[in-house]
Formats: sequence, C-alpha cells, structure tokens
Amino acid sequence: MTLYNLSIHDAAERLRKKEISSRELTLSVLERIAKTDTKVKAYITLNEDQALAQADQADQAISKGIARPLTGIPLSIKDLICTQGLLTTCASKILENFVPTYDATVIEKLKAQGAVILGKVNMDEFAMGSTTEHSGFKITANPWNLDHTPGGSSGGSAASVAADMCLGSLGSDTGGSIRQPASHCSVVGLKPTYGRVSRYGLVAFASSLDQIGPLTKNVKDCALMMNAIAGYDPKDSTSVNECVPDFTATLTQSIKGKKIGIPREYFSTEGIDPDVKNSIDQALDTLKSLGAQCVDISLPHTPYAVAAYYVIAPSEASSNLARFDGVKYGIRDMEQTELVDMYKKSRSRGFGLEVQRRIIIGTYALSSGYYDAYYKKASQVRTLIIRDFKAAFESCDILISPVSPSPASIIGQHSEDPLKMYLSDIFTISANMAGIPGLSVPCGFNQMGLPVGLHLMGRHFDEATLLNVAHCFESATDFHTKRPSL
Amino acid sequence: MKISAKEVQNVAELARLELDEALTAKLADQIGSILNYVDTLKKVDTTGVPPTNHALSLSNAFREDVVVPSPGTDKALANAPLKENGCFVVPKIVG
Repeated sequence: MTLYNLSIHDAAERLRKKEISSRELTLSVLERIAKTDTKVKAYITLNEDQALAQADQADQAISKGIARPLTGIPLSIKDLICTQGLLTTCASKILENFVPTYDATVIEKLKAQGAVILGKVNMDEFAMGSTTEHSGFKITANPWNLDHTPGGSSGGSAASVAADMCLGSLGSDTGGSIRQPASHCSVVGLKPTYGRVSRYGLVAFASSLDQIGPLTKNVKDCALMMNAIAGYDPKDSTSVNECVPDFTATLTQSIKGKKIGIPREYFSTEGIDPDVKNSIDQALDTLKSLGAQCVDISLPHTPYAVAAYYVIAPSEASSNLARFDGVKYGIRDMEQTELVDMYKKSRSRGFGLEVQRRIIIGTYALSSGYYDAYYKKASQVRTLIIRDFKAAFESCDILISPVSPSPASIIGQHSEDPLKMYLSDIFTISANMAGIPGLSVPCGFNQMGLPVGLHLMGRHFDEATLLNVAHCFESATDFHTKRPSL
Repeated sequence: MKISAKEVQNVAELARLELDEALTAKLADQIGSILNYVDTLKKVDTTGVPPTNHALSLSNAFREDVVVPSPGTDKALANAPLKENGCFVVPKIVG
C-alpha cells in the first residue's frame, strides 16, 4: 500500500485504527521526497532524524489512545516560520546560517498535536514574489509541468503538497502567497482573517498584511489544520481574541440559498486567460446547481488595489528588513572596519535583487517629502477598498473570482518585468488589504494541463463559510483527486 | 515619473544598501515604471478619508505587568556573527 499519497484525514483515521504507524507513513513520505525532490526542488532543509523521532513519539501517543487530529501527520513548513534548532533561511543568503532558538506559535501548536515536521520548503526570498524564482538558493518546479513555476511565494509549500512530498504544509500570504501557488499546483490554500492565526515567529515581510495559513490536498484537511493553528496569542499583539469554531463541523452543510457575489470589476479585468475564465464559469454553474444564488457586486476601487499594495507592502518591508544588519544574526562582511560600510556590504551581499528593489521602493515612499504622496495616499485608498468589501458583504455571503488571471508562468518568463508580475496579484491582494479571509480550491485545468483555482473571499473571521462552500464544491467535482505524474 | 540614478543612490544610502552603477541604472528604470503605475492613485479622491494602517481596528494590546522568563543572553546571542562577554560586537564607532 502506498502511504505518501494519503490525505491528512485519511491518514489520521488509519493511524488511529493502527492500520499504519506514523513511522511507516513518515518513511514513505521521506522516500517519496528522495525520489521526487530532485525534480521538483521544493525542500531547502530536510529534518529527517527529528521527523522520525517525532513519528515514534506520535506512535507512542497513539498507542496510549491520546492521539489528536494531526498526531503523526508529516508536514512541510515554509522557510520563514521559525523552527527551534532547524535552519530557517527565508530563502535568503542573508539568513543562510540562521538557526532559531525558539518555535513560532504555529509550530508549538503543531508539535503540541504531535505533528511530524519533515523540513523547510522553498519560497521567494522573504516572501517577495509570485513564482518562487526569487529564492536565494534554488528554483522550484511545478509538479504538473516541470518547465513552469509553482507560483509563489509559498511555492515550495504548494509543490510539496501537490507532489505528495508531505501531507500538508504551512505557508504565509501577504498578497496572495498561499492562494496563488495553491491555485497553480491544484491544492487547497487558505489565507485566514488577519489576526486569526498568530504571527509570532513568522519572519515579517509586511506586518499589516502577513498571515500564516495551511496548504492541503483537500478542504477537510485545511479545516483540520486551521483547527490546530487558529487562536489568540498574547505573544502577537495583532492577534485577535475571537472565538475559534470547529472548522470541520460545518463543512457539509447545504449551501442552498447562499449568496455568492460576483465582483464585476474582477470579471472585466483585461488579460484573464480564456481557459481560466471557462473554468470559473463552470465552477459558478456547479455552485448554482448546489443551490447557491449569484449576485452582481461592485468593488469600485479594484483598479487601484495593486498600486496601493505596492506602496504599502514595500514600505512595511523596508522597515521590517532593517533588522538584518550583520549584528544580531545572519551573514556579516567581516572585512569592514567602519560600521556603516559593514551594514551596507552585509545587506547588499545578503539580499537578492527583488528584495533590494522593494526596500528601495519602500524607503523612497516613506522618505521625507514623498510620504504624503505615496504611503498616506495608499493607506487612504486602503480605507476605500475596505469600505467596498463592507458594502459588498451586505448583499452576499462570499465573493468569487479567479485566484490568478492565468495559469502558472514558464520559469524565467517574468523575471525582467517586475510590474507585470505585480499585476498578476490583482484578485488576491485586496483580501490582504482588507484583512478578510480568502481560499483557493482546485476548479479545473487549462488545455496544457496546468491547474486553475477558484478564489473565495468572506467576511472577517468567517473562514467557516469559505470552507463550507469550498467543501461542497469539491464534493461535486473531481479536480482535487487528480495528481501530477512524476 | 522619472527617478534619477542619484535619487536611487540617496535612497540606497538611507536603506544601507550598496548598489553598483549598472544596478543603480537598472533599478532607476524599473522603479520609475513602478512609480508611474503607482501614480494612478492620484485619480482617487481621498478628501476626508482617514488612512488605514491595520485592516482590523486594533487598540493597544496591554498585558498584566508580570515578570516572565526571558530567553537569556546565550539564546539571544546564539546567532550573532561576532560576540564577546555576553555582548554583540560591532566595528569601532568612537575614536
């Protein structure tokens, strides 16, 4: 029996029934990685010995009858979430030797459930990018077509789930970085509401936009991981003390009468690939056949969301990344005898081009004389975007759009045109600006066999409705059952 | 919106980055076109609209004034490229 291709809930049930052990499961996934990751290149660091030790502990817990939903489940972790004693690079040369002395809150929570940490996976450096090509170490391939990117920035997470090199993964999403790679790799990805999941131990990119979330093989697994990681954390002053429901409890509820908003600005966006458009139209028909009602919605400030985002995110990044100075952690140019020279040489050697580009844009936007024209203006537009969503959710329960205007790009295609790459984030960015949850669920393939994802957005703290609608959609379709041949 | 190589150099100085001439020119071009795009924000009337810094209206998060254990010097210095006597070491900054 093949074990590595099991989903989380399937494996958990077999573990509880003692049909399989976590050691067998973990070994099967590690073998799969050894065979497959030479092609996909998702992992930066493998945690083999620790993972097997964790699997053995999980097996003991199971034999004692104290198993929890993620006990013994092998997971991969995006390499910007701190793991005690395990290299955490943010896919940046500046942190190539950084070994955290503590666990992020989400890692503590996974470990408390007895999950198995397989290793750390690739990403765009400091999560800045939508293709995983901007990693300081390697380029990850899309398991569905190795000439294409897996999307990004959580490309290693999405690729490792799609290629059965883990049962689920944690990523992070600042402008679409969970949902877009999930869409490009045909897996489920959820960006929770801002404040729903603790950011303690997540290396910050843009603090007002970042959120950690799961990438999984199906919607139920996503709900199980959300149950494990959500909740208030006093160590994150922006986490919100809001009641956390059991996200699996409402998955199978009927969606009859649910109102689905179709934002007309999204569907009139230029450059939506015809295959993507087709898949979304078919998905809407499926939802209608399940009893959902479609309503026409307007989000009038949509055309300005990308521009506002590319002021706010780099501004926050330029401030957050000031901490990498060659003093406290990371690499340092030891030759320099002057402090400022040491800062400059260490940073310019350590940061890749995209990161330096965003630091420069952010520093420029925040610099005296430009602050009002850029940062303040963008923050005001952000208010208008939030008001758009508030108004929209008065007449619908969720909003639907494509995740990305086109399927995964060919490796190398976008690297010389940053603006074009930024514009492809049009459907995902607004959820981060407004702090609302967003989910990607597989909804088709283009003519080349590249996956397409359906994007669902909901009200603040209403992940349950997104998971419910996504689960009903998934149950009525078979896209999530397809796996790439590798 | 044009941004000159000199402006890029000034901003790089503020951000403590060292860019060579070729990269400066390339960035000036790319950042110019990104800022051009960002200038579309000027079309939006934001008169009287308050800026949003966080999507959820958060107030200050206070905790009880209770001492909790801190990581301690060894952990804090564990990743320091240079350390001595329980301190981070930097190049000499006073004469």
